[in-house]
Amino acid sequence: MNIVSDTGKYFLLMKRVFVLPDRSYMFFRQFPKELEKLGLQSLPIVIIISVFIGAIMTIQTKLNTENPLLPTYSTGLVTRDTLLLEFSSTIMCLILAGKVGSNIASEIGTMRITEQIDALEIMGVNSANYLILPKIVAFVVMMPFLVIFSMAVGLIGGYCVGVFTDVITTADYLIGIQYAFIPFYVFYSIIKSLAFAFIISSVAAFYGYYAYGGALDVGKASTNAVVNGSILILFFNLLITNLMLN
Amino acid sequence: MIEVKDIYKSFDGNQVLKNVSVIFETGKTNMIIGASGSGKTVLMKSIIGLYRVDTGRIEYDNRNLPDMRMSEIRILRREVGMLFQGSALFDSLNVLENVIYPLEMFSSNSKEEMIERAYFCLKRVNLEEKSFHLAPSEISGGMQKRVAIARAIALQPKYLFCDEPNSGLDPITSLIIDQLIHEITYEFDITTIINSHDMNSVMEIGENIIFIEKGEKVWQGNKDDIFHVENKDLNDFVFASELYKKVKTTNQ
Repeated sequence: MNIVSDTGKYFLLMKRVFVLPDRSYMFFRQFPKELEKLGLQSLPIVIIISVFIGAIMTIQTKLNTENPLLPTYSTGLVTRDTLLLEFSSTIMCLILAGKVGSNIASEIGTMRITEQIDALEIMGVNSANYLILPKIVAFVVMMPFLVIFSMAVGLIGGYCVGVFTDVITTADYLIGIQYAFIPFYVFYSIIKSLAFAFIISSVAAFYGYYAYGGALDVGKASTNAVVNGSILILFFNLLITNLMLN
Repeated sequence: MIEVKDIYKSFDGNQVLKNVSVIFETGKTNMIIGASGSGKTVLMKSIIGLYRVDTGRIEYDNRNLPDMRMSEIRILRREVGMLFQGSALFDSLNVLENVIYPLEMFSSNSKEEMIERAYFCLKRVNLEEKSFHLAPSEISGGMQKRVAIARAIALQPKYLFCDEPNSGLDPITSLIIDQLIHEITYEFDITTIINSHDMNSVMEIGENIIFIEKGEKVWQGNKDDIFHVENKDLNDFVFASELYKKVKTTNQ
């Protein structure tokens, strides 16, 4: 029953979020701040994780495909497709669900328990629209850039394996990552990431907005936002993949 | 004037407010008093519309709140200012920006006029200019309350609600905040409703006092009457401290 009532509450909240802002310039004042906070500040973690995963994936792929029948460029090809299809969209979004989701849930949750949201409501402000809309829009706008950045940095990580180790030659790697390239995979990945960005930001905002109690409850709201956001990401990953690739 | 008529409010079958009727007069400091858990916060939040009452009328100058749609309630709330127990200042904004915020949202004034109005409100609550650009976390609790009052009066509200304005403040600052609310009520002819269990406040500025016990209005009067009431619940509440027991004995 909780799932049903929570789903209903979530959609009612979204109905309040997606209306024209009371003052559009207040939205556009908030929007760049959210771009910076949710998007740009996520870049370091995206870079670190992507470069290491790209490198590790290259080493593991090479070790698992030691077969004279397989072409030498297959390591680069597998690394590229794994990054494009799954890592840079789904796995990166699962990681960002932790970072950005907990950030949004704890920020809005703290505003709830310190009565700042009540203060907005008493003033006659649509608090859901004012607080949540800029976050969702900013994160959805930034996510494709983060995904493309992750793809590029991941491929560079793999290239570094060729440069600094003798696991694979850089020539084989470069041939592999260019071989049989399907541009649709990038499009597919971006579409997935847009859906995941919406899930991460809106689910986290939902848990933060309906937080009540004290600091412990904000922590719980934050945890729920990350856990349920991650589950929804996996579910929609299956759904979108089935729709777009099957 | 705010007129509350026969309101009932329950949560999950637990009746919290029962048949409460009361008139809050304009230009007076109306106080809702009662012990913790008596229902005074629920009464205040119901009057503001943060809780929907089960039955009854809440009339803001003949506009019945329970009949209003959300969009109408939002418009009405632009006539309402509120001072929260914890001040509820926006952490991401500094003192001046906190006061400018409601003006930016709802007034059509120029930026200069908004700043001028915010300066007026902040100076009216006796805040020094050097604190205008500090974050809420950088100022004291008493100063935060003053900023919250300045923000509440920025849009020249017709109704001012104060939820335990003295909680967490020392006696001197409490007195200053009480006097400030009282002065502002007179000066701007506002209908002020204060939720409190601080007897010093009640005796200082209580002009129309409503005593709530177990969700029911038990008594209504002013600070002069309160010493002469023969009601056990009210007497237990008012004369809980030795000081007021002595005051009562002296008066008798």
